[in-house]
Amino acid sequence: MPVLVFAESIDGKFKKSAFEAVSYANETAKILGTTTTAISVGNITGDDLKQLGEYGASKILSVTDSRLNNFVNQAYASVIAQAAKDEGAEVVVLSNTYTGKAVAPRLAVKLQASLATGVIQLPSKGDKFTVKKKSFSGKALSEVVCNTPVKILSVAPNSFTIIKSPATPSITAYNPAIPDTDFRSVSGEIVKSSGKVSVTEAEIVVSAGRGMKGPENWGMVEELAAELGAATACSKPVADIGWRPHHEHVGQTGKAISPNLYIAIGISGAIQHLAGVNSSKVIVAINKDPEAPFFKAADYGIAGDAFEVVPKLIEAVKAFKASHH
Amino acid sequence: MKILVCISNVPDTTARISFTPDGKAFNTSGVQFIINPYDEIALTRALELKESLGGSVTVINVGKPDTEANIRKALAIGADDAIRVNADPSDAYFVASQIAHVAKTGGYDIILTGKESIDYNGSQVPGMIAELLGIPSVSVATKLTIDGTTATLEREIDGGKEIVTTPLPFVASAQKGMAEPRIPNMRGIMSARTKPLAVTEPQGSPAFTVNEKYELPPAKAACKMIPADNPAALIDLLHNEAKII
Repeated sequence: MPVLVFAESIDGKFKKSAFEAVSYANETAKILGTTTTAISVGNITGDDLKQLGEYGASKILSVTDSRLNNFVNQAYASVIAQAAKDEGAEVVVLSNTYTGKAVAPRLAVKLQASLATGVIQLPSKGDKFTVKKKSFSGKALSEVVCNTPVKILSVAPNSFTIIKSPATPSITAYNPAIPDTDFRSVSGEIVKSSGKVSVTEAEIVVSAGRGMKGPENWGMVEELAAELGAATACSKPVADIGWRPHHEHVGQTGKAISPNLYIAIGISGAIQHLAGVNSSKVIVAINKDPEAPFFKAADYGIAGDAFEVVPKLIEAVKAFKASHH
Repeated sequence: MKILVCISNVPDTTARISFTPDGKAFNTSGVQFIINPYDEIALTRALELKESLGGSVTVINVGKPDTEANIRKALAIGADDAIRVNADPSDAYFVASQIAHVAKTGGYDIILTGKESIDYNGSQVPGMIAELLGIPSVSVATKLTIDGTTATLEREIDGGKEIVTTPLPFVASAQKGMAEPRIPNMRGIMSARTKPLAVTEPQGSPAFTVNEKYELPPAKAACKMIPADNPAALIDLLHNEAKII
């Protein structure tokens, strides 16, 4: 009864979240005393598939049905459910990404399985199978008891450290029948936001708020982000008044993120904003008000005017990069 | 166009979250409950579609009698009628089963929800409803338009958006951008009092999960302040102390 993990890929390459999910699955398999089978969908080279072995997958199911080249949640759920049945999986692991969120609930119904989304720790298996997840939009954590024979866990991105556990995987072509009715919804065009790092997967996020005084002042925020290889984000008021696009809004009613480093510039730190970012590993707040609530939630703070601090910070990052090449 | 909008009752976004001393339950004392903000976006889009295409908007909530204030608010915003399934919404599969049961005989063309509730953040119910009904679903949709019997949606994906078309009926979960929430006006509030609110008892359906225990995230250590004239010191700390750059 192995642990089955869906390893997500984009344009033929696995995402970082896929390696996190495989690591998570393999550590779970160790707890359960079993092995890890990964399932991949799309045209992925043998060498890339073998990468999953580095994180502990001993068997890889490679699905290459061309109808799945575009994402269709119903069909993906059918394939993964069939694999779970064929493998006799007791636990199915996915990433809690846009794809995972679209697939996991359908999978739960198909497998009559309990589903815990956004899990941040390995499950514990005493008398009950429990797992910890974020809840109340990051304001709390909850322990979920899974009361069904099959459990589905979706791993919050950037919350579980990748663990190498090399195995030599077997690779099996796996193309189960998929009902035509799974293809009623059709994915058309994909519009990429201009070459930027995705805010939910980024390791560093530079975010700014009303303290920037106007959209015309965002150049320095973008420059700092570019120097750090970071994604840009913003607070709710700034998205609401149209200074920045909605997809940049992080916080309770925006995106919840947990990067390694979150830099907040000119954001006061309202409870709703903090809820969406407080699981970042390190938080830096830059605010001219030394009483700003953000300093209570931050690891490092600079009480100063963003218009003076940020340009100096950009120079400091440039100097750091120059000296560490 | 018959539209069903699923709403949940959640703590206000400004609420401080706390739990009973044994950590087993959410402490509701002093907490104001609101319509889940994403559900409100879904409701507004449903009303816009009804205004342009005709039809009706029904809201459904799985909850105890204390959720009726927010159901009435949804009616005040403009929904035509409401259904409350009289049960504690403790598990996503249970809730989805109740809604799917109602939807099976309701003949709805569109079922809308928010992309997630801001309390349990499961993002589970919409996909489960669709699977239980055997119809397509589109998650985290920022745009929804209807042309005849086809819907076109934009959904958020990592690093961009995807355009999806689907035949009716379908389920979609709303993200910011799909509509701007409306504030109920006096006429709406007055008429909401007399709009139909049916209460039904739940179907026997299993709960797959139990939220057994809650805790607050670990508190942060005190913030280390860096002089404003020396941001280079920050870079040094991030490199040598935090070891993240």
